[in-house]
Amino acid sequence: MDLLIEGFKQAFLLLIQGDPEMITITVLSLIVSLTATAISLVLGVLLGTAIGLTRFWGRRFIISLINTGMGAPPVVVGLTVSIFLWRSGPLGFLHILYTPQAMIVAQIIIALPIVTGFTVATIQQVDAKLRLQILALGASRFQFLWLLLREMQLPLLAAVMAGFGSIISEVGASQMVGGNITDQTRVLTTAVVMEVSKGDFGLAIALSIILMLIVFAVNVLLTIIQQRGKVQ
Amino acid sequence: MANNRSICPLEAKDLSVTLDGKEIINIPSLQVRPGEVLVVMGPNGSGKTTLLLALALLLKPTAGTILYDGKPVADQSSVLQIRRRIAVVFQDSLLLNMTVWDNVILGPHLRGIKGEEANERTRRWLERFGIASLAKRPAKTLSGGEAKRASLARAFVLNPEILFLDEPFNSLDAPTRQALIEDFQGVVHETGVTTVMVTHDRNEALALADRIAVLMDGRIRIIGTPQEVFAFTEDEKVAKFIDVGNVLRGTVDSQTGGLARVKVGNLEMEVVSDLSAGIPVAICLAYEDITLLLPANQTVSSARNRFVGEINKLLPIGSQVRVTVDCGFPLVAVITQRSRADMGLELGQKIIASFKASSIHLIPHQKSTDIHESGKSSEIDSRS
Repeated sequence: MDLLIEGFKQAFLLLIQGDPEMITITVLSLIVSLTATAISLVLGVLLGTAIGLTRFWGRRFIISLINTGMGAPPVVVGLTVSIFLWRSGPLGFLHILYTPQAMIVAQIIIALPIVTGFTVATIQQVDAKLRLQILALGASRFQFLWLLLREMQLPLLAAVMAGFGSIISEVGASQMVGGNITDQTRVLTTAVVMEVSKGDFGLAIALSIILMLIVFAVNVLLTIIQQRGKVQ
Repeated sequence: MANNRSICPLEAKDLSVTLDGKEIINIPSLQVRPGEVLVVMGPNGSGKTTLLLALALLLKPTAGTILYDGKPVADQSSVLQIRRRIAVVFQDSLLLNMTVWDNVILGPHLRGIKGEEANERTRRWLERFGIASLAKRPAKTLSGGEAKRASLARAFVLNPEILFLDEPFNSLDAPTRQALIEDFQGVVHETGVTTVMVTHDRNEALALADRIAVLMDGRIRIIGTPQEVFAFTEDEKVAKFIDVGNVLRGTVDSQTGGLARVKVGNLEMEVVSDLSAGIPVAICLAYEDITLLLPANQTVSSARNRFVGEINKLLPIGSQVRVTVDCGFPLVAVITQRSRADMGLELGQKIIASFKASSIHLIPHQKSTDIHESGKSSEIDSRS
């Protein structure tokens, strides 16, 4: 019990004082995960829309792959990305292993199937006649896609929430491809794991509280937007 | 209104749509005349919506050609250009998740009409359909009737050359529907827009159509003015669907100078017809053409046919009553509620059903059901 009380006391002090290491870790976490979420959103929505609106041979197989990817373990993703980015690997010439870029790549691979899967499911739920109505209004292909996505904005927010939530909280892939290097690739989750292994529960608790606050803040924001849309 | 000599704004040739190996529609030829309201009538599953979508270039036909202003629709770019000259209203209002104003002005914006012209058009059509006060309301909060008005305003704001409607008044309650049909009728008359509407509703078709095409099993069975279609249909299935009235089976027993005696069961009726003896026929008789008389109070009349029967069904429909009389075969007559009250009609009561020989329309029983223009019976006869 003393350990817990002491840990929270120390965490409270770190948070109040604005510990520089803690701030660096938090900022890097946000940069990596928000960048990965934004890229996944763009790619996932485009990919999901294309798969949702077209019929081609092997479509069902691809959708099952995407659905499988939605539950892919981050350590497996980390392992795969590490192999590809390894010096002797197929993409070794990029020299980005153990950099934030590598972590962004790994997190995109985790979030992309989630956003794509949500988009495919949402597109399939849009009334087929509504699609025809948009075309009948004289929409060009681009206008059609824009209006369709506009109609889907609420479910897509859910995709953003799910995607961001999955990558801000993953540790396996970030640890493997980032290496948890101080001031370079150390993010909230990898730092928590390391501090716990060192027995420094104060910093670990402080970082965990920040992690929880970030996840909470992002979800509160998106939920407010979503509910406002529903009320309208 | 219709003009055969000008170029048809819309025409289909050898049009066929097959889905999952099943042929949904097969239309050798269909022409929409400038400024007319063509109503395609058909039962559920007859292919009405498929035909409408194909004509509006929202569904690629399996085979055949669609011509706009006499020119075949060729490539994808011309599809978009033509779509920007037409408007479609579906059964569901299908408004987007934005305000009523934004929904109505969306079409002009998509077609490159911006600024004051788009605003002015939107204002005008919102007012015309009586929903200007709802302009700022989110479209999803509208009632069924209001949403339908918004979807009609969204179509007319486009100033379309051809307007397509897919059972637009179907899901509305009776008073809302009636009011909207009247408004729509007025707008179509004012604008003179060429209109293609599909419906299964006989009364809608009669209220709005310049011409009616009856579509059954994916084929147009008859096309013509409402009078032609309802009075001279040559197809028993069509007659039953469009509810021309009583449709009975019989056989021409004898023929004397244009007056045929037709046997129905053990009874005979006289019909003005040139059909020869021995031909099996469907006998079509409008409900309104039957006069009911009380046996004790018969009056002399010119009606050649009189049958005594027993009332076995009384079905009130608004201000009218459908009376089914069993005369050895069932005959349905429509009379007013007031007539029923005056005559004191009750179930089981004896009654006389009377009608003129000229009120009956005979359809030879094994007529061809291929596509034909109403009135061109020689085309049918040659194949029967």
